[in-house]
Amino acid sequence: MEAATAPAVAAFHVTKKFPGVIANEDVTFDVRVGEVHALLGENGAGKTTLSNILTGLYRPDSGWLEVLGEKITFQSPRDAIAAGIGMVHQHFRLIPTFTVAENIALGSAHDPIGGRFDIAAIEERIVALSESFDLPVDPRAKIWQLSVGEQQRVEILKVLYRDARVLIMDEPTAVLTPVESEALASTMQSMARNGRSVVFISHKLGEVASIADRVTVLRHGRSVETVTENDVNALASLMVGRSVESVKQTSESISLFVADSAPVVLEISDLCANGDRGLKALNGVSLDVRAGEIVGVAGVAGNGQRELVEILAGLRRSSSGSVQVDGESLENGSTRHPIRLGVSYVPQDRMGTGLAPDLSIAENMALKKYRRPPVSRPPFLRQSVIDSEARELMAQFDVRAPSETTPTRRLSGGNVQKVLLAREMSGDPKVLVIASPSQGLDVGAVAIVHQLLLDAAGKGVGILLVSEDLDEVLSLSHRIAVMYEGRILDTVNRVDADVQRIGLLMGGQMEESA
Amino acid sequence: MKRFGFRLEPRSDLPKWLPWAVPVGSFLVALLVGAIVLSITGQNPFSVYARIVDRAFLSDGAFSGTLVSATPLLFTGLCAAVAFRIGFFNIGGEGQFVMGAIFGSGIALKLGADVPGVLAVASMVVFGAIGGGLWGLIPGILKTRFRTNEIITSLMLNYIAAVIATYLIFDSQSFWRELSGSGAVFPKGKVLPVIAWWPKLDFGSVIVPFGFLLGMVIAGWLYVLQRKTRFGFEMRIVGGAPTTARYAGIKPNRVIIAVAALSGALAGIGGATDVGNFRHILDPKGLQQSGFGYAGIVVAALARLNPVAVVFVAILLGGITNAGYALRGPDFPAGLVGVLQGLILFCTLGGEVLARYRIKRSSQSSAVETAMEPA
Repeated sequence: MEAATAPAVAAFHVTKKFPGVIANEDVTFDVRVGEVHALLGENGAGKTTLSNILTGLYRPDSGWLEVLGEKITFQSPRDAIAAGIGMVHQHFRLIPTFTVAENIALGSAHDPIGGRFDIAAIEERIVALSESFDLPVDPRAKIWQLSVGEQQRVEILKVLYRDARVLIMDEPTAVLTPVESEALASTMQSMARNGRSVVFISHKLGEVASIADRVTVLRHGRSVETVTENDVNALASLMVGRSVESVKQTSESISLFVADSAPVVLEISDLCANGDRGLKALNGVSLDVRAGEIVGVAGVAGNGQRELVEILAGLRRSSSGSVQVDGESLENGSTRHPIRLGVSYVPQDRMGTGLAPDLSIAENMALKKYRRPPVSRPPFLRQSVIDSEARELMAQFDVRAPSETTPTRRLSGGNVQKVLLAREMSGDPKVLVIASPSQGLDVGAVAIVHQLLLDAAGKGVGILLVSEDLDEVLSLSHRIAVMYEGRILDTVNRVDADVQRIGLLMGGQMEESA
Repeated sequence: MKRFGFRLEPRSDLPKWLPWAVPVGSFLVALLVGAIVLSITGQNPFSVYARIVDRAFLSDGAFSGTLVSATPLLFTGLCAAVAFRIGFFNIGGEGQFVMGAIFGSGIALKLGADVPGVLAVASMVVFGAIGGGLWGLIPGILKTRFRTNEIITSLMLNYIAAVIATYLIFDSQSFWRELSGSGAVFPKGKVLPVIAWWPKLDFGSVIVPFGFLLGMVIAGWLYVLQRKTRFGFEMRIVGGAPTTARYAGIKPNRVIIAVAALSGALAGIGGATDVGNFRHILDPKGLQQSGFGYAGIVVAALARLNPVAVVFVAILLGGITNAGYALRGPDFPAGLVGVLQGLILFCTLGGEVLARYRIKRSSQSSAVETAMEPA
């Protein structure tokens, strides 16, 4: 088992507690020099906490770290950088108006404070680094001019520039298109060949199996096992600790077609709208959803999905076009009208938009019905009704919490989503708009949420499912609409859905031949 | 290389008793620090504290005096508590209080001596609320329409209100100013007709100003409003999660404006009380010196924004103020009472941090060097 040289970095019996949760418990793992090592785990398994410990952001409550066989304590991220450990964050920390070189030089060990800022020398070094690691980027380009994939390369170069020998990458493919992900995978492998070590955090089994030399699986904050396994199913059962009903099975449980006779409950016609920065975000979107139908909207984030969903919820005004719900047109920019017409909405930002985190489960469940009897008896609210209805919904949707008075901020991601679905389904909606329903949830919770969506469709609710997770869209939807730059490039039936083609559409490529 | 330091870490568990124990503990710490200050100034802290308790609560008529001091604090405390709850930081209780006093005294003078007392008092309450409410509305509207910071606008409006009150008495021949008798020489306000003097209710050993009773009733009403009503529900959502409020079909701006007006109205009633129950005259200098609006923020903070707790905190701080009047003398500078009040606030706010975080001593080690020069 022991490698010839000491591990590039290793953690021994690391435990870290936070209010109410044990994020890491007795975690032990090591990263060899020159390997790609994946940290695999569901959300909440403790991957991010562990990487924050490795990069000096947190200190372990107990246990220790070793770098090249030497025991070490990080007082701050600075110490970790000095020890050769660098982090590539999932959310980039770049200054948009600065150039690539300026961003890379910023705050690095080579930053000549008070001295001459030799940008030419810095650029030269960046070019050398980007050539040796195959990370093409123009050091003089401004960050805002770069694509997401290029920005990530800058983040990686930033870490390499500081002579990091261990690169920790937190869900690096989450923001990338499939093509960009493949390029990243080869970059990681070339870094490993050059004697660096890559710690690659992910919950995507496929890429872990194909990229990593070894995999350490984390489950409920514990390190379960380090394996050289590249069998996806074996990794999945290690990660979840039980056999997962595979997505395939869920998908087979729904019928492939919705009858043409089913009424159209949501009709979006030629919808246009501006985004937050005043640029056109929606450019003539037309789409309809029938009762009992799940229409999936696929696409890379930022192609207008958020704006579309917000218009349906009344949180954003459209500039032209119309939305009809069951034949009635939706008032532009009213948040109450969709609620009245039976449009339920489960937002992507569940805690920030869907719930009031400090209020109880019961109060959150009453959020959309407190204006109407029986909850309301003006000017008062009937707390007993709020509580008893909440208890019923909690039982029906299997919300696990100490009681209905528990603040929602204490709930796990899966239970938060159940609270939201319980509330949004309880008013007998005609349309359910749901954005990224399984984002941040563990595999078990995802299965439950998917089942709830299928049940809702079975009851005749028309569902608009917006998700960046293509597997999710493919497994649940009757039809799939691919959004790109504010337009729906194409809508395909699931029976003839071709992943390759959808992937191309997501990248804006209309294929030339069928 | 050794490094020493402390860091704050979020507490992993919040015991039930902690939210209550911390303010009490902070109060005791404030007394302890206060004792050190008193010792340095040559006072015997024990005897000073004993005298404060005596003059605030125990001695003959002391509690009645304390209630007089507590009444304005009660209103300005409620003003701050209601607004802060929804994250609207109304620092303008001071100005709203003054506007309430101007409006309240104005209507009393207008109605004159020939109306029933009930009508006079009731109109003063209503007009005080209108005056303060309008003044509170301004930062509310500015915030919701133009996204201005309410802390700055409400604070600036305090100075404007003070200038208006000064103008009415000192720099003009306004309706509020006494122009006959000594008022012709020394500017001062007209004395309200006696019929508009608010009653003081005699409960044997304690005399309770009507304004204090009114404040208690309002505090109870606010509690019910916040906890039991639809509007209170909307307030809680807007306060805790504005985006979610919008999502749920609530218009956060409307709630903010309503609360801004309500908050101002509470301080305004306080101003009317001050004129009706105690001064019986619009007295810009007196209002300015007492700084009830700012003290109200202290009261609200100590009461953890709970309207019912505001009543008790107002009595506590009113007691200290009242005792301060009694103790003031050649051997006891008036500022010492202010120092004590400041210490109480400081310790309580510090205690709030400790309630949520725990202090951890950073483990010092020389491992950093090993890190810099790995084998």
